[in-house]
Amino acid sequence: MLLVNYSYKNLLARKLTSILTVFGVALVVFVFCAVLMLSNGLRETLVSTGADSNAIVIRRASQTELQSIIFRDMANIIKADPAVARDTEGRPLATGEILVLISKYKRDSNEPSNVPVRGVTEMSITLRPRFELVEGRMWQPGTSEIIAGSKVAGSFRGCGLGETVRFGMREWTVVGIFEAGGTGFESELWGDVDQLMDAFGRPVFSSITVKLGSPSEFETMRARLEGDPRLEVEVNREKKYYEDQSKFTTVFINAMGLTISIIFSLGAIVGAMITMYAAVANRTVEIGTLRALGFSRTAVLWAFLVESMILAITGGLIGVTAAAFLRLVEVSTTNWDTFAELAFSFEMSGSIVVFAMVFAVAMGLVGGFLPAVRAARFRIVNALRTK
Amino acid sequence: MSRPFVQLQNVNKSYWRDSLEIPVLNDVNLDLPEGEFVALMGPSGSGKTTLLNLIAGIDRPSSGNVIVRGQNVSRLSEGDLARWRSDNIGFVFQFYNLMPVLTAYENVELPLLLTKLSRSERRRQVETALSIVGLADRMKHYPNQLSGGQEQRVAIARAVVTDPVLILADEPTGDLDKVSAQEVMDLLSRLNHEFNKTIIMVTHDPRAAEKAHTQRHLDKGVLNSHESPQAG
Ligand SMILES: Nc1ncnc2c1ncn2[C@@H]1O[C@H](COP(=O)(O)OP(=O)(O)OP(=O)(O)O)[C@@H](O)[C@H]1O
Ligand SMILES: [Mg+2]
Repeated sequence: MLLVNYSYKNLLARKLTSILTVFGVALVVFVFCAVLMLSNGLRETLVSTGADSNAIVIRRASQTELQSIIFRDMANIIKADPAVARDTEGRPLATGEILVLISKYKRDSNEPSNVPVRGVTEMSITLRPRFELVEGRMWQPGTSEIIAGSKVAGSFRGCGLGETVRFGMREWTVVGIFEAGGTGFESELWGDVDQLMDAFGRPVFSSITVKLGSPSEFETMRARLEGDPRLEVEVNREKKYYEDQSKFTTVFINAMGLTISIIFSLGAIVGAMITMYAAVANRTVEIGTLRALGFSRTAVLWAFLVESMILAITGGLIGVTAAAFLRLVEVSTTNWDTFAELAFSFEMSGSIVVFAMVFAVAMGLVGGFLPAVRAARFRIVNALRTK
Repeated sequence: MSRPFVQLQNVNKSYWRDSLEIPVLNDVNLDLPEGEFVALMGPSGSGKTTLLNLIAGIDRPSSGNVIVRGQNVSRLSEGDLARWRSDNIGFVFQFYNLMPVLTAYENVELPLLLTKLSRSERRRQVETALSIVGLADRMKHYPNQLSGGQEQRVAIARAVVTDPVLILADEPTGDLDKVSAQEVMDLLSRLNHEFNKTIIMVTHDPRAAEKAHTQRHLDKGVLNSHESPQAG
């Protein structure tokens, strides 16, 4: 590390190759970050969809609401559980909902994709404090009116305010647009649960969501409900339930992204290696001189390793910074855990920054190591004799 | 007479090219007292640089001993040898061998990075060395902004900045015009008589050799036993 200044000034002296190498590393780090941000964004959106104090009850072994059936009598047993919070009038803060996927065409691509339609009750909105009607109005009871999450309204044909969309053998008019703090609900259509049960000919709930009197009562409630022979249900914290819906897709995105990044990184590593080998060859006499002055092989090794590390770290910082701007980009894609279309944003996190920088440094080390070893192995007399 | 300062005992050196042995130095013996200024002369390829490299601890003899101030240099491990070089030897090269990306100041500072000196102590020593060679006003210049003679003076400053006991110069005027060569030679003479540095200088230039106390001749790897003392 004695020769840091020497390393640094050499990089400045060969600007073009330095910039190209930095650019290569930056590109790889950018791709790497983008992928991790994508899966992180998906996960974060789903995690934020759940509330800490809510629990969701679905039929045992059904994994998601879509495969779950909860009969009305079961719903009443669940709502009556002592762990469920109650409002001032003594009504349980619990809601039975139905969730169905319908296939609709996207506005931009004209491709069909799955939109979740959720039948909800008045209580559903109380349990989702981030729900906010931003345009239009709520549906009128007993009519074929629905409201659309802001992401659906924008990206699916027939789902904008005032438009009509056909499903369940009825025409539904979108009378309002809602937001829900960027959560997964914004990718859903919401309507009155009774109307939707009727339209789909499916007089059962998909799930019961309840607000707990206190989050610490979750385990006892779970034991009670899951042990009840009349129910055959599984109880999850709402947060965990939604987080689990990101598992398969995030693993898939991460695996694919890592594979791509590693393949790309080979290019960047070879680039750095060529640059560094050329640097070593051009500076053979300088290396011999440094050694003659008393610098050890290790000092020379570090001088070149530091050079490639500076390149890599600079590239890493640029890549991470550029990727940070992806947060402004919103994507919408099928969540392979639920097969429903989900809109979310690229999301940066501290651990992504750390991973990306570790990745960049690793590229620098791998690319710089062999050239640095070569520099360190020169015999002094031979190095000094080169012209 | 006191113990010899630089002593070579039956030094042989061969290089190997493929499986072919190239003998370069043949049974060289040498005794130099402290404060000596020797000019080492001889035809091209006679082994002058090789001899200098052995004394500098840059290379090792095939057989025999190189002893500097009682230290058998050939016995040191590689790491110890590097440290020994930085403590004891100042090397001046024919083509200066400055780092082109570093300023004159930074070039002279290089050997001090191997010491424990603080930044301000280093600064004082670099400034002293540069003012001895008369280039205190060129500290911020890069090698390509200096003339050949100035570059060589920076290189000499680099060689003396650690205050080494022994200065080894390989054709220090070989690449310089007459005037610059004269300046460099005056500087080396001054280092010898004013600062009492022991100097071994390889040169082809008889005018440069005249500045030395003694001249030694190397021919085909054999060092002439006869010393030719100089008047001046
Ligand atoms: N590292 C080496 N590997 C192989 N052969 C070498 C090496 N160094 C020197 N030689 C050979 O040893 C002989 C002496 O070389 P050396 O450089 O010591 O001569 P010199 O007297 O300094 O010559 P010049 O006046 O041209 O500088 C030459 O034949 C040279 O080719
Ligand atoms: Mg020579």
